[in-house]
Amino acid sequence: MKTCLAVLLTLVSLRAAGPETILLRGATVHPVSGPDIADGAVLVRDGKIAEVGAHIAVPKGARVIELKGLHIYPGMIDSATEIGLTEIEAVREMSDITDLGLFKPQLRAAAAVNPASEHIPVTRANGITSVITSPGGGIVAGQSVLMHLNGWTIEDMAVRAPAAMRMEFPHIRMPNRFGDSEAPARASAYTDAKKRYEEQLRELNDFMESARRYRQAKSAGASDFKTDLKLEAMIPVLDGKLPMLIRAEKEKTIQEAIAFADKQKIHMILERGVEAWKVAAELKAHNIPVVLPPTLRLPDEEDDPYDKPFSIPGELSKSGVKIAFASFGPGAEDNPRNLPYEAAAAVGFGLPYEEALKAVTLYPAQIWGVGDELGSIEKGKWADLIVTDGDPLETRTQIKQVYIKGTSVDLENKHHRLYEEYLAR
Amino acid sequence: MKRFALSLLAMLPASLLAAGQTIIIRNATVLTVTKGTFQGSVLIRDGKIVEAGEKVLVPDGARVIEAAGQYVMPGIIDCHSHIAADSINEGAVAVSSMVGIEDVINPDDPDIYRALAGGVTTANILHGSANPIGGKCQVMKMRWGKDAQGLIFEGAMPGIKFALGENPKRSGNAGGGFGGSPGLRYPATRMGVEDVIREAFNQARAYQKEWRDYQAKLDRHEQAIPPRRDLKLEPLVEVLEGKRYVHAHCYRADEILMLLRVADDYGFKIRTLQHVLEGYKVANEIAAHGAGASTFSDWWAYKAEAFDAIPYNAALLVRKGVLVSVNSDSAELMRHLNTEAAKAMKYGGLNETEALSLVTINPAKQLGIENRVGSIEPGKDADITIFDKHPLSNYAKVEKVFIDGELYFDRRKDLEERPGRELRKKALIDKQKALEKKDRKKPEATDDKKSEEPGGDR
Repeated sequence: MKTCLAVLLTLVSLRAAGPETILLRGATVHPVSGPDIADGAVLVRDGKIAEVGAHIAVPKGARVIELKGLHIYPGMIDSATEIGLTEIEAVREMSDITDLGLFKPQLRAAAAVNPASEHIPVTRANGITSVITSPGGGIVAGQSVLMHLNGWTIEDMAVRAPAAMRMEFPHIRMPNRFGDSEAPARASAYTDAKKRYEEQLRELNDFMESARRYRQAKSAGASDFKTDLKLEAMIPVLDGKLPMLIRAEKEKTIQEAIAFADKQKIHMILERGVEAWKVAAELKAHNIPVVLPPTLRLPDEEDDPYDKPFSIPGELSKSGVKIAFASFGPGAEDNPRNLPYEAAAAVGFGLPYEEALKAVTLYPAQIWGVGDELGSIEKGKWADLIVTDGDPLETRTQIKQVYIKGTSVDLENKHHRLYEEYLAR
Repeated sequence: MKRFALSLLAMLPASLLAAGQTIIIRNATVLTVTKGTFQGSVLIRDGKIVEAGEKVLVPDGARVIEAAGQYVMPGIIDCHSHIAADSINEGAVAVSSMVGIEDVINPDDPDIYRALAGGVTTANILHGSANPIGGKCQVMKMRWGKDAQGLIFEGAMPGIKFALGENPKRSGNAGGGFGGSPGLRYPATRMGVEDVIREAFNQARAYQKEWRDYQAKLDRHEQAIPPRRDLKLEPLVEVLEGKRYVHAHCYRADEILMLLRVADDYGFKIRTLQHVLEGYKVANEIAAHGAGASTFSDWWAYKAEAFDAIPYNAALLVRKGVLVSVNSDSAELMRHLNTEAAKAMKYGGLNETEALSLVTINPAKQLGIENRVGSIEPGKDADITIFDKHPLSNYAKVEKVFIDGELYFDRRKDLEERPGRELRKKALIDKQKALEKKDRKKPEATDDKKSEEPGGDR
């Protein structure tokens, strides 16, 4: 009963407060897009940032929040999660990530996100205010959503739905130790795997060709034109209005994905990109940003230097490739609240601190096409703000307050509730 | 081909600094964990720490390691790991106490070097979690370059793995077997898990009595035939006699309590509860039994029994008087246990020393090796890690790692050797390519060998 009451209180406090005019002041403001402001202030009105500066007069009716000794940063953005689509990874009934089939661009993550997921309050309590959540499986997996981690419904939460069309670029998949349902069953069946990969490439090109013809037929306005939901979903991609989030890990696959995006004239975002560092120049030349695999992972090859995964973000950044950190990927622990530590882990190994911070705030906003709405503390952007007692990339730092679209959100969550409950036992 | 390159890397000198040398680490911030923190030096001789303090005289002929601005702490200890073993799970039987990690140590596993590079000097290598009673554990030092025997932490208390909950019952449920065991294997429920453990100790008691009776006859100078040795029950008798530690994988509060009661009934102790993600719900009972807890910092929700896991677990258990460590169970997490420990400061407010204890002196105590490792104190093994920044910072990286006073990891040396390693690797690849080219000229060769994909050369 105690838990029920706590949940009820949480729901009330977290969802009742509407956007009000708030003046946060006395803190060090870290806009990320510009220099830090000591003893600065941020004025929040109608959910947006109305003013940022050293001195802001208190508008009539504004609530003033004194934050002496604290810091204000923009809320962080995780560019690859499964939040809302899965509650307990190992329980099939609680996962809505992977549907059947190879081509399913009509599937929308936004249709299946559970706004009451326990993962949402747990994640935002560490300063992550918006995330990309994506369907998986097959070649074209479906539509990713960029959403705020607060709201009664996905419509409250969605920043961009869809934010991208997600696909996994075909590659040669050998069966691994733990079994890979999509790979050939026989061990050492390299030629089979290669054949399958070539087949998938053909199918992909055919699919793109069908989509193109469909678009042409539609615009021609033929009387016998019939709507096809799969192909219809590809039109924004072909029009260059919706980026394609392409997962490709190895050098060869990334190169093929780049060539594909070039040929199809689509806007590509590289996801995972384990070997992106080998093709940094091409990525830079094509202006393709990279959603990084977890920094905290084992070296991808047995004889890679022990710190290779830690140094890759710095190498890419140095090459001029735009990067964003993400919590989900190979070897990930599926713990999006640890996003800032993925960024921090690269700082000791060559990534400048400022770039690490941008790669969890401003850069992901730019990559997801919302660079003028999220990702920094600038006038006109959504007031997604976090108040901390120090550097948010450090584990020991405490997140004191979180604002999403100008609303102060409750930091209470399942974990803290259970802690309080059992500490008092 | 990749294997060739690897064995070449393994030919690095076993250690970078020889044993028996006198070494002084100077001007560092020394985090002793048990004796406070100070600016000063650590003196190492014959593999042992001989002095640690603010003012330590530099002995003649000592090798001086300048560590101004750097942080010296005891080597990190991981109470739960599966690296450096050729196999982990003997899942065909519900009680696999006859097998042990000692027999499958793989000293060439690169994860040993990677763990070293994360500041780890000692790890408890456990059998998997497929059985209510699993195989024997092996405590190892990360002496990269030594053979299997050389990795063993000599004198460490023997251990055995138990496992409760979803993993051991998986083989009793269709569609989820470990190790390809044909058909279903009892148990399929938590009730069955308890039963398997009780049945095993019931047998172990009877077996123990057979041997005691035999010994009694010998003592009375009567004629006696020794009982047939049972390699499955021997380790369990050792558990009953307090000669072997039980490290029990568990998640839910109910199963934790169940195991404590089974142990109470049979008169033995659970040395550590591993994972113990709901330990915070039965902290009082764990403390009363005297079991240690070795947990993840913040993993949760990856399976049903991990849904009530909270990152406050470690701190709460500490506050309730339980001896707690934070472990990895992962070759990756193992590389940054220092920052995993920092999470217990964020979640539950442990202080720096309490946090560092979670990965040093506490796991040492849990493994019964605290007289040898786990803190910087005179007389202990010189297992020492030097960080460039405070080890509880996410920006800290390991500069040097000593085990028994020998330098096993040196970041500067690692960086210096990289170009040479790359050249040697390239030479091997070129040689292999030349061989394949030669092969391909033969009529019977297939064109498969052109592949650059991993596995393509198999």
